[in-house]
Amino acid sequence: MSAAWIAVMSTAAGCYALKLAGLTIPERLLRDRRLRRFAEFVPVALLAALVAVQAGAKGSALVLDPARLAGLTGAVVALMLRAPFLVVILAAAVTAAVLRLAGIG
Amino acid sequence: MTESAQPANSAASEGSRGPEGSGGSEGSGGSEGSGGSEGSGGSEGSGGAGGSGGSGGSGGSAGQSPRAATSPRPVRDGILLGLAVGVSGLAFGAAAVSAGLTVWQTCALSLLAYTGASQFALAGAIAAGGSLVAGTAGAILLGSRNSLYSLRLSGLLQVRGAARLLAALGVTDESTALALAQPGRAAARTGFFATFASLYLTWNAATLAGAVGAGKIGSSQSFGLDVIAPAAFLALIWPRLAAGWTERGVAAGGAAIAIAATPLLPPGAPIILAAFAALAGTLASRSATPS
Repeated sequence: MSAAWIAVMSTAAGCYALKLAGLTIPERLLRDRRLRRFAEFVPVALLAALVAVQAGAKGSALVLDPARLAGLTGAVVALMLRAPFLVVILAAAVTAAVLRLAGIG
Repeated sequence: MTESAQPANSAASEGSRGPEGSGGSEGSGGSEGSGGSEGSGGSEGSGGAGGSGGSGGSGGSAGQSPRAATSPRPVRDGILLGLAVGVSGLAFGAAAVSAGLTVWQTCALSLLAYTGASQFALAGAIAAGGSLVAGTAGAILLGSRNSLYSLRLSGLLQVRGAARLLAALGVTDESTALALAQPGRAAARTGFFATFASLYLTWNAATLAGAVGAGKIGSSQSFGLDVIAPAAFLALIWPRLAAGWTERGVAAGGAAIAIAATPLLPPGAPIILAAFAALAGTLASRSATPS
């Protein structure tokens, strides 16, 4: 088994185990009010972090990619207009693609 | 404020668990609004909103959908969300193969790890020429948020045995968001599995297509594929941001922590660190709303 396969299978096993752990932990833990609130906030914090990192970083470097930022701005505009989910995604992707076709970013 | 911004499902699970929050009262407030509209954000959209009609952002989901567990909405919403987000598997397949993984390794990740951010993190680490151990550690660390998601979901899904082993695989940002957006436990469970099925199939088919076609379509950037994932995540948290200042603070804090930590830590770690924003939000809302 090559090193790459070991990395792939370790990642798969680790990620699965982490998912299973949360479903296996005794439910009474969630009766704790603070833990429940924390679990509610976690997706908000982590998704916001993912958006930020995917918008402004490449690997460990902070980058300013005008096309990517414009794409996300397009998504924000679509969201403010209460556009459907797919329209939001399309607004982002098309904006970024058009800017890149135009040589920006 | 934060009190009323509690997502609907917590009311549902509370109701199911005991006398404390007889579901109805707690769920009908602003809470359902936040939860419900998240569903619309992730979903409505795609479908043009069937019977309940509705503009995603109206925040009025509470009123418009009675707690009908058999409502077809979670199914349709979940399927559409899965289709919409799963397409970004193209970007992962292309990225992983161009990073140096084989098509089989790429597909194995999507089939077995099945958590986009971790998969991208591993591919990114390999592409950057980093050590495989660090890349694997970063990818797994990034997957640890799924533990918190499944902890959150376990009361809603109530799965045991083989069903639990299967459900565990399906815990993702998307299935969690959609399940938590449903007005009741049955709908949450239905929405979870609908999203899981749709996203799993689409994500894996797209991964294969992207991996095979990597050499042919060139850079995913030229199609704007790289902004699909952040735009989707943005759409998923958008209704939460409308729910209250604490949520907005948690989101802003999480984003700031992640950006600040990005140059200092290996890819993936800054995302985990952002959980401190959730911790801060928890402590803040606790002191703000004694009860």
